[in-house]
Amino acid sequence: MPTFPADSVGLVTPQYQAFPDPLRLACGKSLAQFELVYETYGTLNANHSNAVLVCHALSGHHHAAGYHSEDDRKPGWWDSCIGPGKAIDTNRFFVVSLNNLGGCHGSTGPCSINPETGKSYGASFPVLSVEDWVNSQAQLADVLDIQCWAAVVGGSLGGMQAIQWALSYPERIRHCVAIATAPKLSAQNIAFNEVARQAIITDPDFHNGDYAAFGVIPKRGLMLARMVGHITYLSDDSMGEKFGRELRTDRLNYDFTSVEFQVESYLRYQGQEFSARFDANTYLLMTKALDYFDPAETQGGDLAKTLEKVTADFLVMSFTTDWRFSPARSRELVNALMAARKPVSYLEIEAAQGHDAFLLPIPRYVEALQGYMNRIEVD
Amino acid sequence: MSLRADLQIIQEWIKPNSHVLDLGCGDGELLRYLRDHKQVHGYGLEIDPDKITSCVRNGINVIEQDLDKELNNFGDKSFDTVVMTQSLQAMHFPDRVLEDMLRIGKEGILTFPNFAHWRCRLYLSGKGRMPVSEFMPYTWYNTPNIHFCTFQDFEDLCRSRSIQILDRLVVDQTHQSSWLSALWPNLLGEIAIYRITR
Repeated sequence: MPTFPADSVGLVTPQYQAFPDPLRLACGKSLAQFELVYETYGTLNANHSNAVLVCHALSGHHHAAGYHSEDDRKPGWWDSCIGPGKAIDTNRFFVVSLNNLGGCHGSTGPCSINPETGKSYGASFPVLSVEDWVNSQAQLADVLDIQCWAAVVGGSLGGMQAIQWALSYPERIRHCVAIATAPKLSAQNIAFNEVARQAIITDPDFHNGDYAAFGVIPKRGLMLARMVGHITYLSDDSMGEKFGRELRTDRLNYDFTSVEFQVESYLRYQGQEFSARFDANTYLLMTKALDYFDPAETQGGDLAKTLEKVTADFLVMSFTTDWRFSPARSRELVNALMAARKPVSYLEIEAAQGHDAFLLPIPRYVEALQGYMNRIEVD
Repeated sequence: MSLRADLQIIQEWIKPNSHVLDLGCGDGELLRYLRDHKQVHGYGLEIDPDKITSCVRNGINVIEQDLDKELNNFGDKSFDTVVMTQSLQAMHFPDRVLEDMLRIGKEGILTFPNFAHWRCRLYLSGKGRMPVSEFMPYTWYNTPNIHFCTFQDFEDLCRSRSIQILDRLVVDQTHQSSWLSALWPNLLGEIAIYRITR
């Protein structure tokens, strides 16, 4: 018998759901058919009132909790918060976690075969928006017979999806938990995404996105994209503490090829590891969805007015050293919610880890999330 | 649930179905009472992590925000009442907070301890030291209460800023009012509860 921790959801199996009807997209195109891969944890109750949707961030996927096999060294990406007795308590909630459309972990995306051509979509895969994701998630909710989510929860890009849920389907979401996120990206944030995209696009192996046809991947570009991204996910303090100016070699080499500082080694490792498991077209698509997200744009930038139709209660949390999605960006959302007189609570969690903090089991953060989730009525 | 005595007095001054901002809301006791008994909605501002978590657990809308930094994220007259209990003396700029209260709210309700209470006067004149009591347990160097004032001081400030005092209730530590403290509030009153507007 495998021994998983008592507060783990244990062994989980991804499920696939095909959607045979066309999905109209914000870009004007349609996706003729698509498939989503998802996992569920806990049990859906009799009146289907205990369902929680977990939305993933840029490089996330459907495997949020538990283990895929007895040999798995690591559990899902948010196992610290999902499980029996944990912040999102699977004894109370039925948790749904999916890989977003356009992803590269099983849902239809640029790597999938386009049924019309028999070849992978590659560059022809449409650019998606956060709204498109929420629409596809609503179709999954229909299939699972979930009329209304008890909560939609997400961090970073996942938080944007949670906000969009409250706007697109106000009648289908009771609570919105938006963590380390923003109602729209700043110019600086878009700039970082653009550097990442340029790294990928200018890689000679990119072939305008159709690299699969050439049997290559733009590994170097993806690696660079991840390296620059990774820097923005950490704080100056956490990098200083982790690496300082520590050297891997006993002396300086006075060249450009040696990996001398520990931080260089770490970034290269992160980049390499990521480029081996993530698709470049998906990365481009995810960063564009981030850049485009701006729900207030159609209301002349008036976020409070945009939020008037919201009926969900909000919990918003940010982290003090997060400079990629800084507390100020969360406060914009909170202030707009208050101006619209919507129920909202806001916590600014003291944490040294930068943007990455939202994935870490920081006691105050997890306690507050648990406190909030526990008061959500499920019957 | 029995409400803290000063909050019991304050809640009577708050209209049903109104919109309330509680500056330094603690664990949300007042807002919870107002929500459950008077259909009042609003937000509490707090900086103490444990108290914030308590609010979240109790379903109180709590916003982590330091009153000593600016309050300009709130619009003019965006609340019916802005409440601040036992925090005025801990502000770096009490007058600015007072101004903000009346900018944001149509009315303000606030409570603070009276530094001119006879016991304080006796302590200071007799011992020559800053008063320390069960009610004010801090020593001068570690107290969060950096801007003590007396009722008279406060009312002078209100006058100079054209702030109108609508109600004043002077009470003792157990929040009882007596005819004596009503007669000589600045000497016998320990805590004042003011309702102000402009």
